[in-house]
Amino acid sequence: MENLERILAAHPFFAGLDGEFCTLACGCAKNARFDAGQFICHEGDSADQFFLVREGRVALQVSAPGRGASTFLTLGPGEVFGVNWLVPPYRWTYDAKAIAPTRAISMDAACLRNKCEANHSLGYDVMKRLMPVLVERLHTARVQMLDLYGARG
Amino acid sequence: MSERSIFREEGLQALIEALSRRGFRVIGPTIGDGAIIYDDVEALGDLPRGYTDEQEAGRYRLARRDDAALFGYAVGPQSWKRFLHQPLLRLWRAERKGQDVIVEAEPPATEKLAFLGVRACELHAIEIQDRVLIGGDYVDPHYESKREGAFIVAVNCGTAGGTCFCVSMNTGPRATRGFDLALTELTLEGGNGFLVEVGSPAGAELLAELPSRPASREEMDDGDAVVARTAASMGRAMPAEDIHALLMRNLDHERWDEVAQRCLSCANCTMVCPTCFCTSVEDHNDLSGAESSRTRRWDSCFTMDYSYIHGGSVRPGVASRYRQWMTHKLSTWFDQFGTSGCVGCGRCITWCPVGIDITEETRAISDSEKLLGAADGKS
Amino acid sequence: MSDAAFATLMHAQPMVPQVAHVRGRRKDTPDAWTLDLELANGARLIYAPGQFNMLTAFGVGEAAISVSGDPAGGPLIHTIRAVGPVSRALTALEPGDPIGVRGPFGVGWPMAQAEGKDVLLVAGGLGLAPLRPALYRLLGERARFGRVTLLFGARTPEDIVFRHEVESWRARFDIDVDVTVDHAASEWHGHVGVVTTLISRATFDPCNALAMICGPEVMMRFVAMALVEKGFGEDAIYLSMERNMKCAIGHCGHCQLGPTFICRDGPVFTYAQLKRFLAIKEL
Repeated sequence: MENLERILAAHPFFAGLDGEFCTLACGCAKNARFDAGQFICHEGDSADQFFLVREGRVALQVSAPGRGASTFLTLGPGEVFGVNWLVPPYRWTYDAKAIAPTRAISMDAACLRNKCEANHSLGYDVMKRLMPVLVERLHTARVQMLDLYGARG
Repeated sequence: MSERSIFREEGLQALIEALSRRGFRVIGPTIGDGAIIYDDVEALGDLPRGYTDEQEAGRYRLARRDDAALFGYAVGPQSWKRFLHQPLLRLWRAERKGQDVIVEAEPPATEKLAFLGVRACELHAIEIQDRVLIGGDYVDPHYESKREGAFIVAVNCGTAGGTCFCVSMNTGPRATRGFDLALTELTLEGGNGFLVEVGSPAGAELLAELPSRPASREEMDDGDAVVARTAASMGRAMPAEDIHALLMRNLDHERWDEVAQRCLSCANCTMVCPTCFCTSVEDHNDLSGAESSRTRRWDSCFTMDYSYIHGGSVRPGVASRYRQWMTHKLSTWFDQFGTSGCVGCGRCITWCPVGIDITEETRAISDSEKLLGAADGKS
Repeated sequence: MSDAAFATLMHAQPMVPQVAHVRGRRKDTPDAWTLDLELANGARLIYAPGQFNMLTAFGVGEAAISVSGDPAGGPLIHTIRAVGPVSRALTALEPGDPIGVRGPFGVGWPMAQAEGKDVLLVAGGLGLAPLRPALYRLLGERARFGRVTLLFGARTPEDIVFRHEVESWRARFDIDVDVTVDHAASEWHGHVGVVTTLISRATFDPCNALAMICGPEVMMRFVAMALVEKGFGEDAIYLSMERNMKCAIGHCGHCQLGPTFICRDGPVFTYAQLKRFLAIKEL
């Protein structure tokens, strides 16, 4: 456990997390490992985990009939995915696939939700870390939508 | 200034003839298309004797004067830029022979031009275009050849037009530099005459050939009085403040949208402006594709094509195009060339089909700032 | 003709194209081609990284195109995207065909100021073309500079210009190269996401670094903002601007942005110079 706590505290998402919170969060965490090409989750599945990438690369994909799977975002060391863990009905809205050997910390969603609910200070701290990620994703999605390098770019 | 001369109308006729003898094409004011335009002048009879012009925002009419003055009007729709910075000019021709191409640059015209009746605002306009076209790192050889050989006879204005505002731009009505000779039309005993000021050695040399005499103290005072009277009767005035900074502070002002409701984006203001210098180029080729050429023509920042980059125009809105014109003219011109791009000639006001007035637009922005300042308790 | 004589001629007759011939033509992306040119008079056109030329397709017209070759030598190279009548005619030229060249024009990348600093190049789409001469210079005189990083964003994997060369740069140890695309099929194993997402993964000392950005204006704005957030000074961020150009010598008026003529005062400016004007719509 101590080892995992160190790993958790070293991840940029939890950088500077209060020691007590770290212990709390750590209770929901475990190490995860995925091979290149392995799906981590599928669209529509229950979002019961939240991932902090430590090594490797993960592609977030959406598939459309006749067009196959297209990747809309890739994530690497220091980044997180699976934010649906916090929003009912807790379902994945995309596929996540490791495209390189990947190591991550997997947080148990129900566990973390319960701890945040029980300890609002922890909950607020987690929110403050999650919100910038969401805002950044929203912004980059907008820029992507502009299709900057396309016909008009 | 102290040594001024007097000649009568015969002296002016002699001046035109002397310039012709020296090989100059003499261009001056004459009546054409219901306006005073600039064209070839061979004799006094070509000048608009006894005419004046009535100018207001969006309005221009010729009218008779009750005297026989030769220069009793303000500036018309044309300016001297049509002779120095031609509206249409071929830049080069190319002939293709197999995989080779011979490009032949258009040689600069060798014609010597003499301008008769150049007003103070127009002298400033020429000086401003000099800075743009021959004053920088690159020189326009066509402009340069026409400009260098040009002989300039200025006329101090005896009449201010209804849209004139040179006094507030410090560009008139007296010609202070940039001429070879400057005339002030006076009523002398026994007919019209001109108080003549020499502005260059070439001007002095020419004057020496003409039937003239030294001006009396009284005649010089009369000449000054003519200019003073004109200065006192300006039809418009540009607000007296730092307009360069005013407009840069107000690039997002709501007035741009307001003026865009009236502006037709017709480009008249840029065509009549004596300092607007923008051009575009067009390539042409014959049917076989063996010969091609490139021509340059006046362009205007009011067209959509002007700012086109692949995908669209940078300034699709009329508001942004009007803002580009006005802020360039009155503000960013200072950053680029060290002076205002406006000389207060009033042409853009007169020839705007809907009567948009650059002094009024500036004042509106200035006044709104003052109101805001008052509301903030700052002034 | 000597190189210096050519430069003097170009300066005396800046509006008259000099004849060159296409010596090589390569398709780089679905809509962009690279042309190798050789001047008919035997001179070499001496240019600085980031400068541009005006290229004429005889009988069709002229377009402003950045030089994309190596300023240290080799053919005169331009990479052109076929988006309008002129650029389509230019990209359709075959080896041996004549082409008109005027230039070089404008102010290029701040190579001298970059010495001793970490240099971050951020390219979007075909924006890599005007940055390539700077990259050649950086790699050619590698010891003069600190850490060198290229962050490159393209639309799709197929739109990656100079693809093989980018791969060869990635393999080097003296430059960090990161590539991302906006959209990709599942076979693509590189980054997906806008180019700004690469910034946080790059290593540089913001207090002693200089950034050169080239790409669509919106992309440059966002990259500049992201770099300021990372601690870059606004005057250490350089952008290469694009506007309509007809003369390239400050005479035709078309390329103005606020007080600047992009052709004469740029195309490369600091973010500090342009920030205010980039924020105003339709300026």
